[in-house]
Amino acid sequence: MKSHLKIESRQLNILFDSLKDLGYTIVGPTVREGSIVYDNIDSASGLPVGWTDEQSAAAYKLKRRGDNSYFGYNLSPYSWKRFLFPPRVKLFSAAKKGKSFKINSDSGNASVPIMSLPNYAFIGVRPCEIQAIKIQDKVFNNWQYIDTVYKNRKEKVFIVAVNCTQAGGTCFCVSMNSGPKADNGFDIALTEVIDKGGHYFIVEAGSEKGNELMSKIPHTVAGQSEIENANRLVQTTARQMNKSMDTKDIKELLYANLESRHWDDVATRCLTCANCTMVCPTCFCTTVEDVTDLTGENAERWKRWDSCFTMDFARVFGGNFRSSSRARYRQWMTHKLASWIDQFGTSGCVGCGRCITWCPVGIDITEEIEKIKEKGGKGEYFNHKDTKVTKEIKKD
Amino acid sequence: MNSNVGIDSMFPLPAQIRKVVWETEDTFTLLLEPDNGGSDFHFSPGQFNMLYAFGIGESAISISSDPSNKDNIAHTIHRVGSVTSVFSQLEKGDVIGLRGPFGNGWPVEKAKGKDVCIVTGGIGLAPLRPVLYSIFNNRKEYGKIFLLYGARSPLDLLYRVELEKWGKMKDVTVQVIVDRCDTSWKGHIGVVTKLFSYIKLNTANTIAMICGPEIMMKFTIQELSQRGVPPEQIYISMERNMKCGIGLCGHCQCGPKFVCKDGPVFALPQISQFLEKKEI
Amino acid sequence: MEKRDLSEIVRHHPFVNDLSEYHLNILISCVSNVRFAEGSYIFHEGEDATKFYLIREGKVALEIHSGEKGAIRVQTIGEGEVLGWSWIVSPYKWHYDACVIDNVRAFAFDGKCLRTKCEADHDFGYEMIKRFSQVLEQNLKAARYQVMDVYGR
Repeated sequence: MKSHLKIESRQLNILFDSLKDLGYTIVGPTVREGSIVYDNIDSASGLPVGWTDEQSAAAYKLKRRGDNSYFGYNLSPYSWKRFLFPPRVKLFSAAKKGKSFKINSDSGNASVPIMSLPNYAFIGVRPCEIQAIKIQDKVFNNWQYIDTVYKNRKEKVFIVAVNCTQAGGTCFCVSMNSGPKADNGFDIALTEVIDKGGHYFIVEAGSEKGNELMSKIPHTVAGQSEIENANRLVQTTARQMNKSMDTKDIKELLYANLESRHWDDVATRCLTCANCTMVCPTCFCTTVEDVTDLTGENAERWKRWDSCFTMDFARVFGGNFRSSSRARYRQWMTHKLASWIDQFGTSGCVGCGRCITWCPVGIDITEEIEKIKEKGGKGEYFNHKDTKVTKEIKKD
Repeated sequence: MNSNVGIDSMFPLPAQIRKVVWETEDTFTLLLEPDNGGSDFHFSPGQFNMLYAFGIGESAISISSDPSNKDNIAHTIHRVGSVTSVFSQLEKGDVIGLRGPFGNGWPVEKAKGKDVCIVTGGIGLAPLRPVLYSIFNNRKEYGKIFLLYGARSPLDLLYRVELEKWGKMKDVTVQVIVDRCDTSWKGHIGVVTKLFSYIKLNTANTIAMICGPEIMMKFTIQELSQRGVPPEQIYISMERNMKCGIGLCGHCQCGPKFVCKDGPVFALPQISQFLEKKEI
Repeated sequence: MEKRDLSEIVRHHPFVNDLSEYHLNILISCVSNVRFAEGSYIFHEGEDATKFYLIREGKVALEIHSGEKGAIRVQTIGEGEVLGWSWIVSPYKWHYDACVIDNVRAFAFDGKCLRTKCEADHDFGYEMIKRFSQVLEQNLKAARYQVMDVYGR
């Protein structure tokens, strides 16, 4: 059994300092422009002390809590993917050489030697976000090809998880089995407790690196009642969660409902703005842009985030495979919740609820699933035999 | 497969144009000599390369040459967009970028000992030409070969000299049909599936390989199924928007498949469930 | 050739596939054996559609005369296929010119004779309708695909 340690809140800065001593660049939650973003922070005072967020479909608001909690908010609109999987990456630059050209692979971020990438320490990674990182680990290593941009960053990162002690209005991690407590996937995990006994963190180390860090931070072994207090907070969070998604046979449900009339209904509301894909911590689609300077002698290739909601996404010469918004919403949701399972052996959804909060018209993925179940679900379009064959071929 | 290939797969290598062959008014073949640092360029029939026009962009182009010819890697290209327009203006000696080969090809091994029925339309003949070369290089290992080929008009037919040559080979049937023509054309007019009326398939022992516009593949599948060719003996090559070629960019998804990495060639049962759906 | 000999050959044409012996005999009663040389026309647009043909060999192109664009060939009909359906659809006129582009051997069936037999024996008439709706369906599908210009840009 993992031992539980305890850090007093006033010692939290030592965690920052120790990480800095180990050479880490610290990224954590901080208040900016009316929301909590993830950015470089220097000390515990940069955290959103005393702030919380209220989230519901298409609504997000910061509020004072009335205490001094460091992690008393729910979830940032940003996810950590922007650090592991940057929105824009230069893959290479190239220069003309006579009729030919030469790739300068050492000038692009992709090939930056691992040593010169910053060592990120993420502070305040929520359990659902850890699940998202685990999912992207699979996405970016598809058994044939590895995205080394991601891999090089991920390998170096130090993760300080913070378990959730309150449920946000759009959270449904319990349904997705990804929270509110992280069991692994972190270097250390904190649970913040404020009660009569004071303000402290219950700490679990999840890796050798985590143990090493803890050896530098003053701590005690947590008492049984303190551990129970922390556990109770997490359990209460799970009970508070008022959104849920029934994931039983969800792949079959969605594959059977590719022609559901409900997609037309969503299409009347969806603006295809791509917000959901930008805030989603697992969405991974990118496009490639090739550019030249004015002389035409020097070229660059950039990779940047793309979204299946854009009109160009499935465009080919002479046509577009998904020109309707109905088809694009269906692609996003069916991919996230169904075909992702075929592709990567896991759902692409972690229940973080960002797509609900940040949808300008408040489309709620949990509600859409319920409606599809009500309207369709007869399964007449689903060919069980074909699916079996698909599986068999995949095994080879 | 390439289990440690990283983002380097996104770097094109220079490839020099050895020859440009204009097949039709708007379709041409580039014979390329890739600068592979001295190592041979290997590919299987049905695989594709990402061809790069310096600073302009890339296009996924099937390889259309004989896999046993390591020096001249052919790509037959339809001039349709900005990148392919740039390619269309190039000459012998010019250099473009090439990365690949990517994807899974046609079941040339599985087809050994069987009849092969190739049904293609338009530019779809290009990715199947390497299959024909492979078969003719190992002729005894295959049964009868049928090539059914549909084109827009007689002027749009690719590889005309070769079509004629193949048609004269023993146990090879080449049937060509066009959508429209004037009275100088003495061949068939209509849709490609009509050509099934003129051949006799041993359906139980035939591997069918189809490549063309998706709609053409759909009605060919219907026809083959009606004639009793089992779905697991039918293979198709899919087209989707491809940006990376290595299953990472997400663009080419069709249901759970990444067309670039899991395809572009699929056995019908792998994909049929999604092929029938609009805008998948 | 005797009708009896003809029936032996006719029954192998795909069109006749699965037709009962009884109905085959009715069909045969209206048949004649015909040949057309390359370059000749089997029928012309606007003429009475008095026959349909089962092609045994050769190839026929259907042409539309478009005026300024000359003759446009829209479809070829070859071995094992059926030429002509206008005999069964009022007002029984040909809509195209049928130009022989490869010497043709065919069975010709007299339309008027068959229409009388279809009226007299609706079971036989239904068999004919079933088979010709398939011909029409295929033509319609082919025409739609061609209109889509699937190989175009």
